Amino acid sequence: MLITRKAEFSASHFCRAASLSDEENRGLYGEEAHPAGHGHNFVVEVSVEGEPDAITGMIVDLKELKEILEQEVVEPMDHRFLNYEVEPFGKVIPTTANIALEIWRRLEKRFQRARFRLARVRLFETADVYVDVMNPVGL
Amino acid sequence: MISLTRRYHFPASHRLHTPLLSEAENSRLYGKCNNPFGHGHDYILELTVSGELDPATGLLVPLVRLDQFVADKILRHFAYRNINLDVPQFASLVPTTENVALVIADLVKGAWRDSFGDLPIRASRVHIQETDRNGFEILIPALKTDTLAAEERNESVIVHA
Repeated sequence: MLITRKAEFSASHFCRAASLSDEENRGLYGEEAHPAGHGHNFVVEVSVEGEPDAITGMIVDLKELKEILEQEVVEPMDHRFLNYEVEPFGKVIPTTANIALEIWRRLEKRFQRARFRLARVRLFETADVYVDVMNPVGL
Repeated sequence: MISLTRRYHFPASHRLHTPLLSEAENSRLYGKCNNPFGHGHDYILELTVSGELDPATGLLVPLVRLDQFVADKILRHFAYRNINLDVPQFASLVPTTENVALVIADLVKGAWRDSFGDLPIRASRVHIQETDRNGFEILIPALKTDTLAAEERNESVIVHA
């Protein structure tokens, strides 16, 4: 059984590969490449998988999940410039996919001893584009 | 597994009517959608791409390329069109949203390799909403699609994990 909790954070970023020219970056990332940065209201949906506890009837204590999302995602990323203020985006290009992977990494670390497992991180950059991360390899 | 879903919008009109049934049966079956003059929707199309992230760019696919692909291969045929009259696939196919989804999935599959053969990604899902309350989803299986596409072209089979 899956249960999904949503959180939001607003942050600025830009996407540029250091090895590429201005023109190449523009071709690859479009408007996202503008070096001064721009912002989004990111929405993250975190799904955990497990069975309801026999006593509490809960897969996960949602208060606890909310607190973990707050500590690992919202507090460090909300109203920040991701490229300059949030690791590893000084080096890793903060594309939607890389931000989603980083959120997966941060959350999975916190869930290692839990009786549920992280099943999916869905990150909306805008209402019209989102990335799903499920059991990524090599993390 | 990592996937990216992009949402597109297109307005189009259609009429649900099959020559295999009588006027009365069509009217009963399709209700308001059988109105002889047709009617329109703002369709919402979601295309999901799955595969491997390019470590150098952090992208599955540049959105610029995906948007251009969808504009050329899909939206050009459907946006601001009468699906019954303007889209050749519907000359004798009822444009239910199920059939619209199937035709769009076929267009995506047919053009995919030429447009994205250089990237380790595949189109994995097409989802169409006719209204807020009706959504239709086609999951494109990995192995079968790639096997069929490759067999059709007499190429060796590429399997994406």
